Amino acid sequence: MGKYILKRILIAIPVLIGITVIDYTIMCLAGSPLEMLQGPRVSEAAVEAKRIALGLDQPVLVQYFVWLGELLQGNMGYSMKSFQPVSDMIGSHIGPTLLLMGVSLLVSLLLAVPAGIYSAIRQYSKGDYAVVTASFLGSSVPGFFLSLLLIYIFTVKLGWLPSGGMTTLGTEGGAADVASHMVMPVMVLAFSMAGSNIRYIRSAMLEILQQDYLRTARAKGIGRFRVINKHALRNALVPIITVIGMEIPMLFGGAVIIEQVFSWPGLGLMTMSAISNRDFPVIMGVCLLSAVVVLLANLVTDIMYALVDPTIQLD
Amino acid sequence: MILREIDRKFQHKGVSTTVMDGTGMGKRFGKKAAASVNGIAGYDRENKSNRQQNDIGSESYLQTVIRRFRRHHLAAFSLIVLAVIVGAAILAPVIAPYDPNDIAGPFAEGPSKEFWLGTDQIGRDVLSRLLYATRVSLLVGVMATLISTVIGVLLGLVAGYFGGLADMVIMRFTDMVMSFPYILLVLVAAAVFKPGMWNIILILGFVDWPGIARLVRGNVLNLRETNFVKGNIVAGMPLRHILFSEILPNTVAPILVYGTSVLALSILDEAALSFLGQGVQPPTSSLGNMLNGAQSLTVLTTQPWLWIPPGLLIVVVVMAINFIGDALRDALDPNSGR
Repeated sequence: MGKYILKRILIAIPVLIGITVIDYTIMCLAGSPLEMLQGPRVSEAAVEAKRIALGLDQPVLVQYFVWLGELLQGNMGYSMKSFQPVSDMIGSHIGPTLLLMGVSLLVSLLLAVPAGIYSAIRQYSKGDYAVVTASFLGSSVPGFFLSLLLIYIFTVKLGWLPSGGMTTLGTEGGAADVASHMVMPVMVLAFSMAGSNIRYIRSAMLEILQQDYLRTARAKGIGRFRVINKHALRNALVPIITVIGMEIPMLFGGAVIIEQVFSWPGLGLMTMSAISNRDFPVIMGVCLLSAVVVLLANLVTDIMYALVDPTIQLD
Repeated sequence: MILREIDRKFQHKGVSTTVMDGTGMGKRFGKKAAASVNGIAGYDRENKSNRQQNDIGSESYLQTVIRRFRRHHLAAFSLIVLAVIVGAAILAPVIAPYDPNDIAGPFAEGPSKEFWLGTDQIGRDVLSRLLYATRVSLLVGVMATLISTVIGVLLGLVAGYFGGLADMVIMRFTDMVMSFPYILLVLVAAAVFKPGMWNIILILGFVDWPGIARLVRGNVLNLRETNFVKGNIVAGMPLRHILFSEILPNTVAPILVYGTSVLALSILDEAALSFLGQGVQPPTSSLGNMLNGAQSLTVLTTQPWLWIPPGLLIVVVVMAINFIGDALRDALDPNSGR
């Protein structure tokens, strides 16, 4: 077990280094961020001085290692726009994003797992068709369009929910206020994730239901309820873990768009403004952070497999 | 002495066949093709005698696929819907009532007899823009899917067939690309390489291949162990032939199914990018950037005809593609047995 975990971590390290290289390469292709910062009216000498101050006069390879060295000491660089440390910026924006992602993940699982299992048990019934069609709808609706529709219905027409932000301006906020701001973003994220996951859980569950041990359990006459809840569900843990692993990168991507539409003050909103300002240290920091999180999520998924399913070969 | 003579003869023969390899390929393939035609003819004869007992036996693979596909009513319906939309998009210059970039009427007026879907803030006809937008969005989706499929198939073939170092390097690279949240990577790339239609196609194409590479690699790993591929290796067939004429045709079905989901995703991603203002740039309209205006509160609340039709069209197109892909998965599955 320990050997398996070690092996997975060792595989992850070159991938991690590769991620930083890819990230950096893309940034270098962008050209000089200095011009964006200075504007055309500043004298050559001033631009040159700034260039040296920011360390942009050195070769690309040296710049990369300087950056990597700093990174290992916990310094992710400084924003070229606000001059704040990137790590501080990420630190102050990650809370709302984690809150949004965590709740969405939970809601999408609460939607997808029961729906997928129901659909598998009642295969080819009317309910099954309804669930599968709904799941296709979930994975076909662009998140931003669904967001606009929800805002149109719940904010503009009904006036029930606030259209954006995390708290009502001018108030202290409080849990109820934040919750009411979260309803729509969570609905959008959870609906689109549940869309693809329902079908995954359904087909995994169908496979489980055909296994011999379930036929045996049924043959023993212990009743449909116990067969499904005691024997089948336990084995459905593996696909559920897979689904959680798949959802994490989707959450990061979805959050960028959803946070932009709902002005949710998280990492996604910060990233979008960094992208439009060409604030490269910030973009790189977010890219790196999310890639590392995805890598860790994959690692944890693999380890969870081993814990949940003793028949999986570790080598 | 005699032995040496024989040796020399064989050596000579060996040399001549290797020399021939380059030029005599056509002949050899010709013979092989003829043999396979004979084989099929034989199979047909056999089937003819069976036909009285079992009608399904005489079905060609294509017929089976079509029959299975048609059982999925939603998919068959989706195919018709998609065909209509694609037709309208291709014929946009003919059927669009106005020039999509010309000011044709009053500003921001609701749907009327003259302008079926109303006009936008500067008086352009929404229906005409919608038709041209569909054209752009479909083109982006199809081209991006083609590019990513070609890249994915090539990398997957190489990784799966050669294994070893090539496999390791390619698969680790795939892991790296897959670790980045897809939309974030695309957004960053779009910010770096000036947004615009062809850049978006290239970016989506170059980012979306890892899934296909993994799929193809897995299939090749399985196929490499089959007897017909081993037979080709033993027969000394050229590598190009083994990879592209033996292995690739046997993995087309899963690629096709996966390709439909890539197409759906590409269309969604183009829409998201253009919605955020990082994709196809105005005045060219795309389904995504037609929704961009809805970020302003006036458009959202008082001019729903500007953003609801393009949004619904994205949903319909993507859903139709997804239904078709799902039915294809079932229809092309050799093990489905129904």
